[in-house]
Amino acid sequence: MTKAPQVLTEFFWLEQLPRIEAYVARGGYEALKKALAQMKPDEVHDEVRKAGLRGRGGAGFPAGVKWGFIPKGTDKPKYLCVNADEGEPGTFKDRSILSHDPHLLIEGIVLTSYAVGIHAAYVYIRGEYEMIARRLEGAIDEARRAGFLGRNIFGSGFDLEIVVHRGAGAYVCGEETALLESLEGKRGNPRLKPPFPAAVGLFQCPTVINNVETLANVPFIIRNGAPWFLDLGVPKDGGTRIFGVSGAVAKPGLYELPSGTSLREIIFTHAGGIKDGRKLKAVIPGGMSSPILRADEIDVHMDVDSVAAAGSMLGSGGIIVIADGTPILQVLRKVAAFYAHESCGQCTPCRLGTSWIHKTVERMAAGRGQAGDVDALLRLAANIQGRTLCPLGDAAAMPVAAIARKFRTELESGLDRAGVRP
Amino acid sequence: MSAAFSPELIGKIEALAGRYPVKAASLLPVLHLVQSERGHVSAEDERAVAGLLGMPPVKVREVMTFYTMFRRIPVGRYHIQVCTNLSCALAGGDSLAAHLETKLGVKLGGTTADGKFTLTGVECLGACETAPCLMINFDYYGNLDAARIDDLLGSLT
Repeated sequence: MTKAPQVLTEFFWLEQLPRIEAYVARGGYEALKKALAQMKPDEVHDEVRKAGLRGRGGAGFPAGVKWGFIPKGTDKPKYLCVNADEGEPGTFKDRSILSHDPHLLIEGIVLTSYAVGIHAAYVYIRGEYEMIARRLEGAIDEARRAGFLGRNIFGSGFDLEIVVHRGAGAYVCGEETALLESLEGKRGNPRLKPPFPAAVGLFQCPTVINNVETLANVPFIIRNGAPWFLDLGVPKDGGTRIFGVSGAVAKPGLYELPSGTSLREIIFTHAGGIKDGRKLKAVIPGGMSSPILRADEIDVHMDVDSVAAAGSMLGSGGIIVIADGTPILQVLRKVAAFYAHESCGQCTPCRLGTSWIHKTVERMAAGRGQAGDVDALLRLAANIQGRTLCPLGDAAAMPVAAIARKFRTELESGLDRAGVRP
Repeated sequence: MSAAFSPELIGKIEALAGRYPVKAASLLPVLHLVQSERGHVSAEDERAVAGLLGMPPVKVREVMTFYTMFRRIPVGRYHIQVCTNLSCALAGGDSLAAHLETKLGVKLGGTTADGKFTLTGVECLGACETAPCLMINFDYYGNLDAARIDDLLGSLT
């Protein structure tokens, strides 16, 4: 094992880090000073594009490309929405950045806004993170007093205000158009696309939406350059990732490692292997919506493209480890219940499909499984996937289908030939 | 009947509304504010908010019922929200919820007769490294077992 480079989390151990003095003392806001004094907005944008910074929220879309979709020369105001809704089960990385290092996020927000020509940013933070939202507001006040935010930042003529906006408990609001609806004071029902948010977003204006961890990488890219960032990861997916490991491991926690680190290494070297000497059964590699991997499928590199090639999704990097002895039906029940609860109800395939999946799985769990249940689950999932306005439908269908396909024997065991449990 | 909004509360609501180009965008923060001051958001509170933000009351009701954190009825002094999602379940979260139900004598969703505790099952709280975890009001507690829950409940007066 090589020593893992820590970038985002290097100073997380510093108790005073959330305070601006501590952040500045370890080089904070240097990237912003450099950009505002020496770089044109397009140069900042180019550096991020060249760095291969893929979105850390789940979809893995290149951030620099996303920024490039904002129309040039528009006379409308442009907005940045920071997605801090972190609701994907098994994901807890953004909480760590927000609570340990709020100024890192703020610096990333200012740099991004400067690159794109934005003067108002909204941080949409999940409602349960109330304490963290307050801390972030405190950090924003500090930054404004220090002249790093507000009007005429560092005398550059560039202005930016940041507003912290708390959500109120709806997983779907992590989807970017639902987030916009929610920010506008409405139910979080996703919008029909196109138009995409880059053209018609918040308050009908061009809008960039980026995840917390994505933005937190921007100051390092500007300070150290795109080649340095690319070198940390793999060619199309630069930098590090904060992997959150939970479930049946000896040392659950956050592990910042290069993009492309093997899943086996993360689980067995960094997270201490499986708890209590048990054997590995399966892994959910990127938050609950990513398709499950069997124990023999974990030799996969954890970058966006490699995990996709292995039939799953890097997603949010939230790794949930399942040990032998845990019935797969227990996992399936949690998955089914979650999406049935969180479907916003707007699209029929998702609203009905998730609730039928849930009912079927609960019946199986109550010992009333029938022959054909697993096929029914696969059919239900197939009828959701690709047939909804937003990715929540896919997110609900993919893990159910993967469990049904890969663990059919276990799910059907105990049924007699007529398909009933004796 | 709940009392009318105080001038202070109205001032705070107007300040929140002023942070957005469109007043209606402040609805979620305003409802959080009203709920934190009054414990829950009554139907009259909904109408008052609608009036201040210049929207039909039904738009406020839509939002109140969509988001799980908004409460239309009062909760106990300590609102215990226990995670029932996967990472916590793999660490014993379900038996923890069952222990809380037995200990408090209420099912998930219930409030104790003395109004001290409300117990709710919730989805992932984003603190899976400390699974199994729960929130009491806005404080997080993790790495729990039955004994730690008993200590925790005992410490709440």
